[in-house]
Amino acid sequence: MKKQVYLYYRFERFWHWAQAILILFLGFTGFEIHGSLDIFGFEAAVKWHNIAAWAFIVLIVFAIFWHLTTNAWKQYLPTAKNLKAQMEFYVTGIFRNTPHPTKKTILSKLNPLQRLVYLGLKVLVIPVMVVSGLFYMFYRYPQSGDIETINISGLENIALVHTLGAFLLVVFVIVHLYLITTGHTVTSNLKAMITGYEEIEEEDADEEAEEEVRKHDIPV
Amino acid sequence: MKRLITVLLILLVPPFILMGIAGMGGNGDDETDYVPRKQDPMYQDASVDHSKFEELQKDFNNAHEVTKACLSCHTERGKEVMSNAHWNWERDAHIKGRGVTYLGKKNLINNFCTGIAGSEGTCTRCHIGYGWEDKSFDFNDQSNIDCLVCHDNSGTYRKAKGAAGYPYPSIDLGFVAQSVGSPKKENCGICHFFSAGGNNVKNGALDKALLNTTKDVDVHMAKDGADMACVECHITEKHQMKGKYYGVSSMDRNRATCTNCHGARPHEDNLLNEHTIKVACQTCHIPRYAKANPTKTRWDWSTATKLDEDGKPYSIDNDEGQHEYLSIKGSFEWGQNLKPDYIWFNGTADHYLLSDEIDETPVQINTLKGKYSDEDAKIWPVKIHKGKQPYDKKYNRLVQMKLWDEEKGQGALWKDFNWALSIEKGMEYIGLPYSGDYGFISTEMTLPLSHMVSPADQSVKCEECHTRSNSRLAKLEDFYMPGRDYNAALDTMGSILIILSLIGVVIHATLRAVSASSRKKASANK
Repeated sequence: MKKQVYLYYRFERFWHWAQAILILFLGFTGFEIHGSLDIFGFEAAVKWHNIAAWAFIVLIVFAIFWHLTTNAWKQYLPTAKNLKAQMEFYVTGIFRNTPHPTKKTILSKLNPLQRLVYLGLKVLVIPVMVVSGLFYMFYRYPQSGDIETINISGLENIALVHTLGAFLLVVFVIVHLYLITTGHTVTSNLKAMITGYEEIEEEDADEEAEEEVRKHDIPV
Repeated sequence: MKRLITVLLILLVPPFILMGIAGMGGNGDDETDYVPRKQDPMYQDASVDHSKFEELQKDFNNAHEVTKACLSCHTERGKEVMSNAHWNWERDAHIKGRGVTYLGKKNLINNFCTGIAGSEGTCTRCHIGYGWEDKSFDFNDQSNIDCLVCHDNSGTYRKAKGAAGYPYPSIDLGFVAQSVGSPKKENCGICHFFSAGGNNVKNGALDKALLNTTKDVDVHMAKDGADMACVECHITEKHQMKGKYYGVSSMDRNRATCTNCHGARPHEDNLLNEHTIKVACQTCHIPRYAKANPTKTRWDWSTATKLDEDGKPYSIDNDEGQHEYLSIKGSFEWGQNLKPDYIWFNGTADHYLLSDEIDETPVQINTLKGKYSDEDAKIWPVKIHKGKQPYDKKYNRLVQMKLWDEEKGQGALWKDFNWALSIEKGMEYIGLPYSGDYGFISTEMTLPLSHMVSPADQSVKCEECHTRSNSRLAKLEDFYMPGRDYNAALDTMGSILIILSLIGVVIHATLRAVSASSRKKASANK
């Protein structure tokens, strides 16, 4: 028996898609500043990259607030349980049509691999990008002038760290876009992130909890 | 929850759009409050009409008498003039490694006409004095000052050729004396436009075109614009002019700056204001030089002294009417509407002294100091003038030849066309040893550009520097610039990662499709 379960809350979905758009936009403008692309022109790319960066920072502030106040941050706690099984699933099981080793529930939406990767993004890659990005925006050359901010002798190290992060994010986006096709059906994960509902095995569902959650549209 | 998202949308989207739209507008007009003299009522009516002074209403027998008449009222001005570089053709300067020096046109060599030693009679046509023919000139005699060359407002005063600074005898000195005033473009231009023997030859952005030009050529001096005079930026108090020419200057002091009028943060866009920490205004606002007329880019002295069949000097002109060859000076190359070269420059310079030994080729006639890590250094646009000029092969030094004399037979290159003799005479005059063994060596001179500022909308675009190919700043390699620079290893590694992930995805997807279809077949067979 399968059942429609409400998995992704409205804010969560908004946050996800806003972040997706911003990361893509930052990627294109950023790689234009880097000299790899020629789409907007350097000047416009810089301008829009900076604006998008501020929008992203605002979004991050709200996302952090949401994760903390709703306990949703616990979704990202790494676990060794099923980690090996999940890896085996992607390497072999998926070709034999074996079922997903990790069951999605409202209390645990992420498989152990997702937990690791998303946690890495949240505590490592994105903070590094934000911090190096802010340095990039606000650093000044060593100078004795009237503009007082941080004096850094050059842009090179900041730029290299920021570029490395950008490459990692591109790789993440590619792999992420592919892996969302590995749900029950090719589009079931995508649909879930758009509508909030996903079909999961009824035996895993806790009807009461879900009903409660859906009513208030808040995570557990 | 709905409300939160609405609030977020309101917070995020409009600023995003607004900031973008505001950013598109550019920098707006950077018009200043400055009222150019031509439009300033204070300068319309002179407080003094010199034609009403009895002292000036007479026939002067010579130019010295005019100077004495000037000084009879302006009693202390002579002293002021005598302390400036226009008079002394040298300045005291402290140069690292050399100590205190006294350098200037008087004793330096360049790679245009080289130097004045032994040829003063013709070179001092551009000295603000009368009678500097040789070393015996009296720099302490105030009546030797030429007030008129700078202060003539009648446009009729001219210094004569080869006359050591004296005017043509035909000039009505009384009339000139009665029409003096603040220096106009023409007064400065007569020497500064025509230095090195012709219009715009030396600097490349000091051109007679500035007397009557448009904003496209010079936004400050344009007839259809502010129509400013030189002295409006080169502010002069007590005959001390602001501004300097780094062909002869060495120290970062008393410079004429853009920021004097425009301020240190003249752009609306902060990102542009930040650039001014490391980039001189000139770098973006003088995208090209020699915009109106060509300038000399190369001067090869080694081909000079060829004579025609009749033993006479000759010249060959190019299609545009510039000299390509002159028997007296050698071969030239010219350029128009040129992209500047760029260097780090902190306002200090060193110079090749005739007593220096050559330690690099091309010999650097002047060396502008600065690098990225130098707090005072900014990127500056420069003209680099290439030369080939005589040097002493044995002593390994540049040499000064005697170029000019009134008569043949005195060893002047331009009269006798004898290299060996002219160098011997020149070095003898200076008092430096010469082995007699001369050759020609490549030299370079670096001239910072500050004139012929273009309108804001024609300034250098971001992409012209922040680009991987053909960046204007390609030669400045001592710093990281976004858009131009990247770490090849990191970029390669990143690209490989991306390609590997794409390949992985494709293989994985293919395997999934294949296994799914074989499963389908298998179940169908059952």
